[in-house]
Amino acid sequence: MSKRVAIVGIGTTGFRATTPDVSYRELTYEAAMKAYLDAGVEPKDIDSFVATSEDFFEGYSIADEYSPDQLGAVLRPIYTISGDFIHSLASAYMMILSGIGPISVAQGMSKASNMLTLSEMVTFAMDPIYNRPLKESPHAVSGMEMARFMYETGTTREQCAKVVVKNKRNALNNPYAGHGVLIDTDYVLNSEVISYPLTQMDISPHSDGAVVVVLAEEETAKALCDKPIWIRGIGWCSDTPGLETRNWAEAIYAQMAAEMAYKMAGIRYPRKEIDFAEINDEFSYKELQHLEAMRICKKGEAGPLTEIGGTEITGEFPVNPSGGCLGVGNLYELNGGHKVFEVVRQLRGEAGKNQLKNVTTGLAQSWRGIPTTTGTVVILSN
Amino acid sequence: MEITKKMVEKTATKLSAEEILGGKVLSVKWEPKLKYAWDNGPAIGRYLAELKNGKIIAKKCDKCHRIMIPPRMFCELCWVPTGEWVYVKDTGIVNTWIVGYVDWKAKRLDIKGGVRPITPGIIEIDGASKGMGILHHLGEVDPWKIHRSMKVKAVWKPPEERTGSITDIKYFKPTK
Amino acid sequence: MRRVAIVGAGLTKFYRNTQETPKELAYEATKMALDSCEMKLSDIDCVVHGTAPDAFDGVHMKGEYLSDGSGAYRKPYMRHFVGGGTGVLSPIHGWFHVASGMFDTCLVVAEEKMSSAYPHPAGAFLTIFDHTTEQPLYPTLIYIFAIEMNRFMTTHGYRKEDIALVAVKNKKNAMDHPSAQLPAEITVQDVLNSEIMAWPVNRLDISPTSDGAACVVLAAEHVARRITEKPIWIDGCGWSLDTAYWTTRDLYYPDYLEVAARQAYKMAGIKEPSKEIHIAEPYDPFTYKELHHIEGLMLAPRGKSVQMLVDGHFNRNGNLPTSPSGGLLGVGNPIAAAGLMKVIELYLQLKGTAGKRQVPGNPTCGVANAWGDLMQVGTVVVLRS
Ligand SMILES: [Zn+2]
Repeated sequence: MSKRVAIVGIGTTGFRATTPDVSYRELTYEAAMKAYLDAGVEPKDIDSFVATSEDFFEGYSIADEYSPDQLGAVLRPIYTISGDFIHSLASAYMMILSGIGPISVAQGMSKASNMLTLSEMVTFAMDPIYNRPLKESPHAVSGMEMARFMYETGTTREQCAKVVVKNKRNALNNPYAGHGVLIDTDYVLNSEVISYPLTQMDISPHSDGAVVVVLAEEETAKALCDKPIWIRGIGWCSDTPGLETRNWAEAIYAQMAAEMAYKMAGIRYPRKEIDFAEINDEFSYKELQHLEAMRICKKGEAGPLTEIGGTEITGEFPVNPSGGCLGVGNLYELNGGHKVFEVVRQLRGEAGKNQLKNVTTGLAQSWRGIPTTTGTVVILSN
Repeated sequence: MEITKKMVEKTATKLSAEEILGGKVLSVKWEPKLKYAWDNGPAIGRYLAELKNGKIIAKKCDKCHRIMIPPRMFCELCWVPTGEWVYVKDTGIVNTWIVGYVDWKAKRLDIKGGVRPITPGIIEIDGASKGMGILHHLGEVDPWKIHRSMKVKAVWKPPEERTGSITDIKYFKPTK
Repeated sequence: MRRVAIVGAGLTKFYRNTQETPKELAYEATKMALDSCEMKLSDIDCVVHGTAPDAFDGVHMKGEYLSDGSGAYRKPYMRHFVGGGTGVLSPIHGWFHVASGMFDTCLVVAEEKMSSAYPHPAGAFLTIFDHTTEQPLYPTLIYIFAIEMNRFMTTHGYRKEDIALVAVKNKKNAMDHPSAQLPAEITVQDVLNSEIMAWPVNRLDISPTSDGAACVVLAAEHVARRITEKPIWIDGCGWSLDTAYWTTRDLYYPDYLEVAARQAYKMAGIKEPSKEIHIAEPYDPFTYKELHHIEGLMLAPRGKSVQMLVDGHFNRNGNLPTSPSGGLLGVGNPIAAAGLMKVIELYLQLKGTAGKRQVPGNPTCGVANAWGDLMQVGTVVVLRS
């Protein structure tokens, strides 16, 4: 790739369990205003826009209709990705490399509090012929996966619970996070069993919010800001959508997306060459499973590393210093947006009480949730 | 390479509605039970509250000076927050309209049996900026006598029946 | 910027109801496209999928569900979405993947199975409208398109009987299309006598609902030249969305399309579209829409497209053949797949392999567009041989 591309502006509303005071329009408008201010651009300076939405999450058929107004993109090049925010980021990145123009914007939004039938929604994503008629709870899928992952790696429920404790504590010091709380592992282990071994506290609560990110090609990025955060590698991958044919222990999608991003970034030893990660922890075990899939930990090593505090803010390889999905909230298609936002804050040195010392390279990873096997990874450096 | 009839014919198998409904092919039924509670925000929130009062309210952009309906918190063209609230009239003109013989599920209305066609239109509201229209229905008018720029006025539900909804206006009817 | 070509194409038959599942339809189109250029799935670096509302196929996150049918198993895969405009956005999104230098080859797949929505897919359209200010009024797509058609007619003084010629032309062109669902030889009188759906729209003014899939294979120049002697180049891409406040726009003219077309023409170096473009596939889910789009694509002056139509300008042997495929009115309208079908028609025509549909005069430059959402999306591609 001849051109380098950087993140030059980020904006968010923050993430809260409910946002009754604003509509989806004002939610994105606020995040966009902040991102544009951060980047020092106006809508007219922006060459292209990518929105992120999934019809049934928004409660609209053809939800992309409502994308242009709140981004200042009326009668401008804009389209929607029905995927994770990092898919949209990749799409915007490719537009810049293709010469569409030096500045592009990616947007994502969650109004999860407006969805009253989340479980029904997830079931609606299952194969209509093979799986839906069985009427399994969506958490049956995560419970089965958790069990298989624990069985193959020797990971314990205590180690998974430790992820919850760590992330919810990290969230207490993150002003953008909505679900911070101080608890211990017993509290997690003794919480209501949803789908054994999965308990209520192993599952991320949902949040509302919006994130907008401004990308720029090298020359423009340097002219716009002092601290461009460079996209060094980006990857995305979909494994099988079938429940019957997937690997239940390993997150192949995360492995393949990460390898694509590592290759692009020239990274051979991720544990050494990357300083920290914001990764998908929609369910506690997912943080551990993703760490192992992305070669940050060996198989079976993520649990013990967590147990000894290796993934704490003060640890050897901090994971989810922001509080992750467990502490910030599950944002659905915006999950990747929150991860990117937090990695940029860390690399700029703007993460406040959760600031890590001497970090130069961070990894943001996301997953599209049950029942998908689609994952995204982006590697950023200051 | 040409795409030929022979090539496409094996790609798909035609089914008739009778074959599906008559059970000749197996099928799975699923009715998604999805519910939402949308946060409307300050602009649409006030719009609805004013409809309940029998009034139509708009919002003005201080930059392009458009008086916009439905009201919004920011101007999508100037991309700045909007300014003052402005009451507009409950009269307007027909920008464009149709005479509908099917309902929203594409089910045919019994027009011959005396059912009146559905006549939605875009009403440009008096007092809002030129071209600012809303979608609503036209009533108390022969569907075939509706015309472009026809002057119309809102017919409101009685106050006790209003709920804070766009349907607090029953329809727009021609003014003499 | 790297040059990107279409090197292969596949298309299923379009039917009102197919027995095949959405996945299987996607597979059939994808397989045909790969076979057409003698490529294997292992030659493909990435996949993009274009498909319209999830409500049709009746699967939430249907991009995920369709992924393996589209050849995306363990590959980088993304779904893009701009309502009815999705079909023509598909090759544009694939173009980014290859033009950016990230990938050398890309499968572009589009699928729609509208018959899954029961009893009629029209019901799925209620929820495209603003949930608070419009849905309580129970509008539907046919209404708003008829609303636009009426504005278009009253502004220019167009007559229904002239606009009906689009249906006559396109359904006739479709007689030669192997995938066609509704090919027919009809008259203007047939259109006017067909049942009123929402005046000014009669049944024969509308394309049908359909099941179907389409696929093209994209390759970077150095790969394309190895695969085929005649790659068809994607030389221009444009896309834009107008505001979601659709009732505040003057619907008589498609501004969104002019913006998108200007972007595409600029990229392709086209200065005088009506002279430099030999063949067009304007999006025609409704009769008036072909004319509306011909004006938006600047292939006819505003208010003049109907006269040109009447004069035979847009016939297959006319000066500027439009919808030589038969369009959505004749071939059918599995939303995203129909948009990609139009791009495939340009590909076949420019390659000279359109068979009985081949337009005379060896065309070398074509344009296709699609449209959607709340009548606000324009997506445009320019292809050259
Ligand atoms: Zn303004």
